[in-house]
Amino acid sequence: MTPYEQWVALLTLMRKEIRRYTRIWSQTLLPSAITMSMYFLIFGSLIGSRIGEMGGVSYMEFVVPGLIMMAIVTNSYANVVSSFFGSKFNNSIEELLVSPTPNHIILLGFVSGGVSRGMLVAVIVTIVASLFVELNIHSYAVVVAVVALTSILFSLCGLINAVFANTFDDINIVPTFVLTPLTYLGGVFYSLELLPDFWAMVSRANPLVYVVNAFRFGVLGVSDVSVGFAFAMIGAFTLVAYLYAAHLLRTGRRLRT
Amino acid sequence: MSYALEIEGLEKVYANGLQALKGIDLRVAQGDFFALLGPNGAGKSTTIGVICSLVNKTAGTVRVNGVNIDEDFPRAKRHLGVVPQEFNFNVFESVEDILIHQAGYYGIPLKTALERIDTYLAKLGLSEKRKTRARMLSGGMKRRLMIARALIHEPSVLILDEPTAGVDIEMRRSMYDFLREINVAGTTIILTTHYLEEAESLCRNIAIINHGEIVTNTSIKNLLRELHRETFILDSRQALPHALAVDGFELTRIDDYCLEAHIEQGQDLAELMSQLHGQGISIISMRNRENRLEQMFVSLLEQAS
Repeated sequence: MTPYEQWVALLTLMRKEIRRYTRIWSQTLLPSAITMSMYFLIFGSLIGSRIGEMGGVSYMEFVVPGLIMMAIVTNSYANVVSSFFGSKFNNSIEELLVSPTPNHIILLGFVSGGVSRGMLVAVIVTIVASLFVELNIHSYAVVVAVVALTSILFSLCGLINAVFANTFDDINIVPTFVLTPLTYLGGVFYSLELLPDFWAMVSRANPLVYVVNAFRFGVLGVSDVSVGFAFAMIGAFTLVAYLYAAHLLRTGRRLRT
Repeated sequence: MSYALEIEGLEKVYANGLQALKGIDLRVAQGDFFALLGPNGAGKSTTIGVICSLVNKTAGTVRVNGVNIDEDFPRAKRHLGVVPQEFNFNVFESVEDILIHQAGYYGIPLKTALERIDTYLAKLGLSEKRKTRARMLSGGMKRRLMIARALIHEPSVLILDEPTAGVDIEMRRSMYDFLREINVAGTTIILTTHYLEEAESLCRNIAIINHGEIVTNTSIKNLLRELHRETFILDSRQALPHALAVDGFELTRIDDYCLEAHIEQGQDLAELMSQLHGQGISIISMRNRENRLEQMFVSLLEQAS
């Protein structure tokens, strides 16, 4: 395919993906706004006011970046895993597989759907958060970079999950048993400084720690880990996920017989 | 001679050890209307799957319009349009969206895609369903949608895997007319079907596959020429005598006005008619008891097994 044709194919996939989740916005965009409002209200306002400061800022300010990041992670992942698995389930993925669309465009198309949903939800949740706390962004560049990298990383993870999934139950296992615990243990609600040394060290194997802390640095200017190291870790995880997803598409594993 | 499809030594062994294709060779000339026949599980869909990249082959080479799929699959795919046996579109999308997406995957800009959608939906009688979600279409309409989708990038080779399964007779005939039209316009058509009269009336050449091997590959005319015996059903105007006999012909009386005539290769039907007429029997209608291709198909499969 010529570069122009590849561009047309990418736009087609992006349009399809974005239309898919905006058409069912009440199932894809609204739940995050409601859930996060509850978190802000309960953990931020009600319980948070009793906790006082965390990491040098009010508890409400402390949890906001983590909660926004939690929404980005779950939404970018959910978008790609459900869309790609849905295509596999109804065999419409064959429309793409028999076409000359290169694998990197297929990958980019699905990931762009996840990234756009993750970012849209981030904007919605940030607006909701601003009703509870005044947000003064420390570094827009860091914020944008972390949001982009994180949504790419978890969109890729969603695609990998979808390739291996055989049933709709399989696409819920990872978010329920892996993603949610990692998010809760990734420093969304607490600073790593509160943990004993051993558990603080164990936590550093959790990619969500870097995602949450890098974003918290971008918003508040505070972080439990070095921001440079956090970016390096997120970048490394993203690269590995991209290479593995590309490998799965190239070999046609679970897609071609 | 240039071929629309050339297959050499194609083998497929599935992960469970099933050898679906045992080194098949097949050539389809450009512009041909070709039938690939075989019983269920013979290897037809596996062959099509390999050609369109849904099945990874174990060995062998496949060329589409001279393009080796191992060397440049994207270019080979451009020449191919595939109508699979099972519905494989998102039923929650509209007819128009399904076609726009497929065009986009081939790099066709939206404006061109919309023009082609107008053309193919009109030709296939789906214009009124343009904005309808695919799940609301009847089975026949879904089949026609898949044909429109396979043609949206205007391929030179169209592969149809049982395109008329579950389609009513009227719809089937209009599909035949459409397929003949695009074949005359230059598109090579490769058809798999269980309706052998469909293959006989549409196709010029044929391959029969069984247990992953090509049993025969020839023209339909040649194949039918090999048929040694045919059975005709004759309807008489007059009541037939109980002891009906005609020299040199094997006849079976079915009822008072109907008989079966078993004609060997080389026997003359006119001679039979003449002798019957001599006995005061006028034949008012005559038909084959079985589809001729079906007879040949069954006979070849029996020989192969």
